[in-house]
Amino acid sequence: MTKQRFILLALLVGVLAFLAAGCGGDDDEAADTGGTTEGGGGEAVSGNISVLAVWTGAEGESFQAVLDGFKEENPDVTVSYKSAAEPATVLSTAVEGGNPPDIAALPQPGFMTDFAQRGALKPIDFAEDKIKEGFSDSWLDLGTVDGKLYGLFFKGANKSTVWYNAAAFEDAGVEPPADWDAFLEAGDTLKASGVTPYSIGGADGWTLTDLFENIYLRSAGPEKYDQLTKHEIPWTDPSVNEALTEMGKVLQSGNIAGGTSSALQTDFPTSVTQVFADPPKAAQVLEGDFVGGVIADETTAEPDTGFNVYAFPEINDSGPVVMGGGDVMVMFKDNPAARALIEYLATPEAAEIWAAKGGFSSPNKNVDTSVYPDELTKKTASELANAEVFRFDMSDLMPGAFGSDALFTLLQDFLKTPDDVEAIQKKLETAAASAFKSS
Amino acid sequence: MSSTGVGVELPAGEAPPPPPRDSAFRRALLPLSFLGPALLLLFVWVVYPMVATMWRSLFNDRGTEFVWLDNYEQIFTDERLQTALKNNALWVLIVPAAVTAVGLVFAVLTERIVWSTAFKISVFMPLAISLFAVGVIWRIMYQQDPDRGAINAGLAAIQGQFGAEGVLSQASPSTDDLTGSIEQGFELDRTVQPGGVALLGLTAIRVPEIPEDAVQAVKPEPLQGGITGVVWRDFKAGGGTPGEVEQGELGLPGVTVELRDSAGDTIDETKAETNGTFAFDQVEDGEYHIAVASTTFAEPFEGVNWLGDKLITPAIMFAFIWVQAGFAMVITAAGLASIPRDTLEAARTDGASEWQVFRRITIPLLAPVLTVVFVTQIIGVLKLFDLILSIAPGSTQDEAATLAFVQWQVSFSGQNRFGLGSAIATFILILFIPFLIVNVRRFRADTS
Repeated sequence: MTKQRFILLALLVGVLAFLAAGCGGDDDEAADTGGTTEGGGGEAVSGNISVLAVWTGAEGESFQAVLDGFKEENPDVTVSYKSAAEPATVLSTAVEGGNPPDIAALPQPGFMTDFAQRGALKPIDFAEDKIKEGFSDSWLDLGTVDGKLYGLFFKGANKSTVWYNAAAFEDAGVEPPADWDAFLEAGDTLKASGVTPYSIGGADGWTLTDLFENIYLRSAGPEKYDQLTKHEIPWTDPSVNEALTEMGKVLQSGNIAGGTSSALQTDFPTSVTQVFADPPKAAQVLEGDFVGGVIADETTAEPDTGFNVYAFPEINDSGPVVMGGGDVMVMFKDNPAARALIEYLATPEAAEIWAAKGGFSSPNKNVDTSVYPDELTKKTASELANAEVFRFDMSDLMPGAFGSDALFTLLQDFLKTPDDVEAIQKKLETAAASAFKSS
Repeated sequence: MSSTGVGVELPAGEAPPPPPRDSAFRRALLPLSFLGPALLLLFVWVVYPMVATMWRSLFNDRGTEFVWLDNYEQIFTDERLQTALKNNALWVLIVPAAVTAVGLVFAVLTERIVWSTAFKISVFMPLAISLFAVGVIWRIMYQQDPDRGAINAGLAAIQGQFGAEGVLSQASPSTDDLTGSIEQGFELDRTVQPGGVALLGLTAIRVPEIPEDAVQAVKPEPLQGGITGVVWRDFKAGGGTPGEVEQGELGLPGVTVELRDSAGDTIDETKAETNGTFAFDQVEDGEYHIAVASTTFAEPFEGVNWLGDKLITPAIMFAFIWVQAGFAMVITAAGLASIPRDTLEAARTDGASEWQVFRRITIPLLAPVLTVVFVTQIIGVLKLFDLILSIAPGSTQDEAATLAFVQWQVSFSGQNRFGLGSAIATFILILFIPFLIVNVRRFRADTS
């Protein structure tokens, strides 16, 4: 064989070997995490544990500060934090490969149920008493799969809030309403004063599902809410009719900024900023606690004098009810260091570290609300923690084909024809039936 | 590089050349070693995914059950997919032809203008922007609210020049006594006689539109032989009592008030003072209607609903043509430059008009180039996805969707319906095949 051909063959072999290696994956470093020395207790644990969550940037730094607090209490434990934009996807692969992190934060409880049913999660019932001290039953139920506690909700989001232009309310002589009738009446007064009452980000379907969920949770009650979430009652149920009828009162073209067709093109950030423009295009926007961040980043409105927030009004004496979201901490590997971290994250002290830095609401009711950096966060966060009833955003718990698709587009259709409640109910039921069947 | 070359170099008397069987193997090995890596990559990245997608399309969304052609059936029954099929047909029928035509027109015209290079660059420029960014730009341009969308802002400026002027743009009556609309004006239900006082309360007036010189509204005294009244903003903080002129409520100066006779014809009109009062002197005895004239209200410009369900597809098509026209122009211009001048000259000498030269000589000679542009555009249109995602707001995505868009939507936007998604992908591949065959044939014809 000549030199030239040898080189060619060698190159070919090299390429093949390279490709083959690419398929192999790196399974060498599977088993060096979770090493422990002394067992049990809660004192003097040691080892290396890994944590995976979605938080990056400022949020990542805040969470790192929380982990640093753990390190202070447990100097022998090394915690390595990694962020991933799509934790569920990364974790699926990691679980398949037998190398998940010790602890991860999941953005939706659906993922937790999935992993638990696949046997990938370890129950955290050792911390149950500690969690019960700080969290209401709603949060414990959400963290439970098949009777076992798997999840601790470390970070929460309160979506039962209404943000308003304080000057517009003052000009119209309107006070933040406490119940639904007062809310609709305030809308009429605002309209008479020359400001459109509501701003709707109808280009994004989820703003409409959030509005529906808030109304439904209050008008139909949490039991029906759970049943509808699991599609145990149909969307043609009278309770859905009642909620959609109330929602239709808000969505009348004359009540929403720019009228129906403009609202359908308004995305969520614009639906917030136009409330605080000069002159305002609308008096209030019905969305969750994250609206505060958009106002702070994209408008010049000042808290109290420029913008303010009130709790989504009660319907039929529904009491302090909150609809929202949250990130749930789950444990993939059972070892003393991981247990210690779960127990630590359940304490108010851990939550307070992040709470003080802002952009965070803790579902833990023992968290000292004075640590929140401003009054409005304090208000929305304590409503979240002290809610008698908390329900997770329904659309996140349903099959994607319905919860993040058909429900969006059909509620957008409802925004076009807010008086045609029954037709929309029928379409919702058809779409839900097929989505729940095929999932 | 071949084995014979090696053989020639062998000095005489040394070992005989290798046996023929071995040399045939070696001869095959060499091209294989060159092609091997490419073939392997082609297989891993093209052939395998294609076959796997086709196979996957026969399973249900979770991949657990073999469902034969159920997913394909959905393509032809699902409402959203039917819209997508219809849109795809519209895109293929309209857009490639439009792009080719616009490109041809630009190419021919730029041959004759002075600043042709500058013109060409500006038409070509959009091609340098990523399609997604193009979509973001047009999404903003198309916004319905004239305060946000550039196109509607332009239209609003034109309409502002010619439209009706008025002091207010919107208002509604504060009580049931007034009826009507902005277009017809608001008329007081009861009739008024000379000596009577008319109260015209309006609400829902936008705060910035309250005239600057407005002062506290006053209920005027009756006037002997005349009709007086007040038109005011019947609203104060908290609402106030509708129909009553209260402290803190402002007059609406500049509002036109009409005096109508019992037949409804306007016989006189006047404008309100700063405190909202107005008066009609020396009115003959009889029953009269008092109304807020429609000329009070500037015709509000709502903006064209470009992103609504009716116009969304044409709007996206326009953005696409805007991008691709530059590509078509440059290719066509290159083709144009290579047309033999003497043929054109000969035709002109024979007395052909410019149009005849264009129609009978330029176009036929350009046909191969135009076909390239056309086929490229069809392929571009069939796989169109990013412009739709970035231009259509969520509320009209279904109306704007094409097959490629629905394929992404059902598979990757959180729905995870991979069975249906694979079926759509396979279906798009089938649609592509005729155009691929045309292209390959043309390529062969060119090389032979």
